Amino acid sequence: MLSLTALDKTLPGTPPRVLLQALDLDIAAGEYVAVIGESGSGKSTLLNVVAALDRPDAGRVRFDGVEVSALDDDAATLWRRTRVGFVFQAFHVLPWLSLRDNVALPLALAGVSLRERRQRACAQLAAVGLANRADDSPTQLSGGELQRVAIARALVHRPRLLLADEPTGNLDADNAERIAALLRDAVKSGGACGLLVTHSATVAATADRVLRLGRDGRLHPADAHVDA
Amino acid sequence: MLELLCRSAWRGASRLALLAIALGVALGVAVSAIHRAALDEFESGLRAVSGSADLEVVAARGMDESVYPLLARLPDVAYASPLVERELDVAVGARTLKLRVIGLDAFRAAAVQPTLLPPAGDIGRLLEPGAIFLSHAAGQALGVQPGQTLKLGRDNTAFTVAGWLPSAGSGAVLAVMDIGEAQWRLATLGQISRVALRLREGANRAEAIARIAAVLPPGVHWQTPAQALERADRLSRAYRVNLGLLALIALAVGSFLVAATQAAAIARRTAEIAFLRAAGLTRAQLFRMLIGEGALLGACGALLGIALGHALVALALTLIGADLGAGLVSGVAPALSFDIAASVGFGLLGVASAAAGAAWPARDALMIAPAQALRAGHFGPPLRMLDSRRRTAAALIALLLGVATASLPPLAGLPLGGYAAIACVLVAAVLAVPPLARALARRLPTFSAVPLDLARARLMAEPGFASRSAAGVLAATALIVAMAVMVSSFRSSVDGWLTDVLPAELYLRGDRDRPWVDDIEARLAAVPGVERLEAIRHQSLLLSADLPAVALIARPLPDDAGRVLPRVGASVASGALPQVWASEAMADLYGWIPGREVDLPLAGQSLRVQVAGLWRDYARQHGAVVIDLARYRALTGDTAADDFGLWLDAGSDEEGVARALRDASGKGEALELTSSDEVRRLSLGVFDRTFAATYALEAASALIGLAGIAAAFAASASARAREFGLLRHIGCTRRQIAVQLAAEGLLCALPGLLLGLVAGFAMSALLIEVVNRQSFHWSMDWEVPWDWLAVIVFAMLAASTLAAILGARGALGVAAVRAVKLDD
Repeated sequence: MLSLTALDKTLPGTPPRVLLQALDLDIAAGEYVAVIGESGSGKSTLLNVVAALDRPDAGRVRFDGVEVSALDDDAATLWRRTRVGFVFQAFHVLPWLSLRDNVALPLALAGVSLRERRQRACAQLAAVGLANRADDSPTQLSGGELQRVAIARALVHRPRLLLADEPTGNLDADNAERIAALLRDAVKSGGACGLLVTHSATVAATADRVLRLGRDGRLHPADAHVDA
Repeated sequence: MLELLCRSAWRGASRLALLAIALGVALGVAVSAIHRAALDEFESGLRAVSGSADLEVVAARGMDESVYPLLARLPDVAYASPLVERELDVAVGARTLKLRVIGLDAFRAAAVQPTLLPPAGDIGRLLEPGAIFLSHAAGQALGVQPGQTLKLGRDNTAFTVAGWLPSAGSGAVLAVMDIGEAQWRLATLGQISRVALRLREGANRAEAIARIAAVLPPGVHWQTPAQALERADRLSRAYRVNLGLLALIALAVGSFLVAATQAAAIARRTAEIAFLRAAGLTRAQLFRMLIGEGALLGACGALLGIALGHALVALALTLIGADLGAGLVSGVAPALSFDIAASVGFGLLGVASAAAGAAWPARDALMIAPAQALRAGHFGPPLRMLDSRRRTAAALIALLLGVATASLPPLAGLPLGGYAAIACVLVAAVLAVPPLARALARRLPTFSAVPLDLARARLMAEPGFASRSAAGVLAATALIVAMAVMVSSFRSSVDGWLTDVLPAELYLRGDRDRPWVDDIEARLAAVPGVERLEAIRHQSLLLSADLPAVALIARPLPDDAGRVLPRVGASVASGALPQVWASEAMADLYGWIPGREVDLPLAGQSLRVQVAGLWRDYARQHGAVVIDLARYRALTGDTAADDFGLWLDAGSDEEGVARALRDASGKGEALELTSSDEVRRLSLGVFDRTFAATYALEAASALIGLAGIAAAFAASASARAREFGLLRHIGCTRRQIAVQLAAEGLLCALPGLLLGLVAGFAMSALLIEVVNRQSFHWSMDWEVPWDWLAVIVFAMLAASTLAAILGARGALGVAAVRAVKLDD
């Protein structure tokens, strides 16, 4: 379903910094792939390129037959709206919306009716263990809870591609483990493609495949010494 | 700590806030410095005339010279120096300047006013026929040198410049000649203007004053030189204070801007503040640091404003004159000098207003919990607000305080209570923004469009943001509405007033110092085409040594005079006493209310008259009294006339009649003859030019208000970069975010505009009924320019929306997309 072909991405500067070079990757439906690498190696850039938030200098990103890397900004936004779910390290839950309204945001953007989006948001909150908290404010939640809200928001519109950028970076070990399992289950149960970027070997280990983004801008099978 | 403060201040600073503070300080410094310079020079001119006198005897339009020997013979008087004073037009190129001409007795003046004398070697030349001495400032202003001819007055009476007055004040524009020459050549035979008195050493002052007062005829007063200065100050005080108020409004708007930008800056710097708190900065230190930032911003604005203010002074003195175009202080050419008092005073006000603006958001910063704020995903502190009960109570208290202060009488002749009430109205309106914003948001339906729904949800959750961002729009709208209603009411009232006071078709204006005394009335009436005419006589009365002179207008009045005068309020029926009609200023300044019996000093006698009623007079803010011409002539024996109003036969050729009138008057083209339409056109033209400055002020305040909303949204967008980044990630287009921002701008501006409208109407009522009434002593009829106000409201609403988008356009870029990444 997701196919990255010969991606190049270089940051301008003196000297220019090569982040992605002739990078290839295929992820099948229901497959969950983790990418690890040093800070600044280009992991987040890879996610942005995949999500059509950033353009590659060369190469193609295809998803379900759509050449995502060729879409203009509006088309890419509409594609992202229906196909992609995002989970961030910093949660990014809007403090002035209730949990339900936060989770319902992608549905609202997709034009789902008010009643349906409320129902689906509540159901998704329940699925991440936050039943009966729909009307709470995000300011009342812990970091682990906030990330569960963020995952609920990423999954509520049943995306075909789930992208997670250091989703456990701000969580303790117990919470990190729970969130990692939640993400894996979501990918597996929904039949989506999952692409996870992380520093954590433990979290990466929950994926079907673990790849390392090297200094050469290419993906390599991870070795045992990436993250202790 | 200081270094930290300096570094952080500029990050939170807004150039707009700095400019607004600078503008307020500049305006205040300029108004104060110009008037101080003018009054200092005016004072030096008065001191030169007063010299070392202990007392002066004065009358509004001069006194009989027989008063002088009466005073000189009094045992308490050591020296008495009589003076003739005239203010004459002098043509300099295309311009006409006013020159103060003083006729003096050199031998008497040597003891009392030595600074008015030429150098010792030239004193004898004072007695030469046609000789006149000029101050250096006068010579410079008129562009003449000793030996040259100087033509004075409308008659172009020629004099020879005999030399300079080296001791006259450096900025005083005045000329001196012999008193006899002045009486002869300037048509004041038998009249003198004032007598300066020096009392004998050891004389009992109170007894001396009593003896002096006893010999003075009605209409002639004694005064101390200080009283003359006070009167000069009073002439322009209301005008000056009203301009000073504009400076304070600019400072208040600057304060709002500082609050808006500081609030957003604090939201942006949450992590930095949290780190400082975690590193050991106490709450008190943090508060001081943030207030210090505001004060530093204010200090920079103040310094800029002081420099700008003095540049404005230089420009104004060159282009407009020392009275800022108000025509209040003539004969003065002040030099530009640094005004320390005004600079320090307004500079401190600038610093204080900026610090006050920073105080509110600084209190928000104290609420930041370091541990929570340093945690990932924190979106910044909620804006701190008073709870709605306290807020309502504070707004009500402000309103009650406004009502109380509005009903205060003027203090030192100034409507300070009215100004305080205006401030209270503004405070109450600003306090009411968040509840109104929240109520508006609550009443909005849930939108199917996500951007609108997000905007509504955000406003409901943080109505305080509306308060911060819309305070400038509120203040600007209130100011615009208040000024628009006041100016419209004033203009329409002046228009109506002109109709009342200019009933004739043509007006012939004479020379106030040389009234028509011959058979001019009969000659003019005999001109073919003239249906009838009315003579008008103007006199000037000094009713109090502390107050400027009052105008006396004698014109034909029917029995029901209220029919032909712009009457205000009820009148009393005629009784045994002669009746006069007093302007509103007379009621305010002298308590001349309908029915009251008062003494009128006329023709050297004190006449008992009754005030029949009040009339509206926009021409003379220090008071005017109208009396029937026939009654005036009978009481005084003065049959002279200054002006004439003429009605023409139907169908007559106005130009032909005018030519015939010029011939009949014997003055030809020099005769000042104007149609009432022309007077109306000129008067309304002057009105429009005078108030053109207010339109500029309204435009400036609108721009500052919009800048406030733009600044608030710009800073907010910066603080909300992650929020917009998230929205872009989950599928919000740039356009949708722009729509959300526009909706937020609209929803924030709407309560500001609505409350600005309400506050503007309240302020216009205060301006019309309190400030104008107490400053200038005139009333006006309400005239609301609804169409203009509708345009303003829609323009401000559209502009606020646009300002919000422009201010926050950074939120639409790539930076926002990347902002979701913590290590960026």
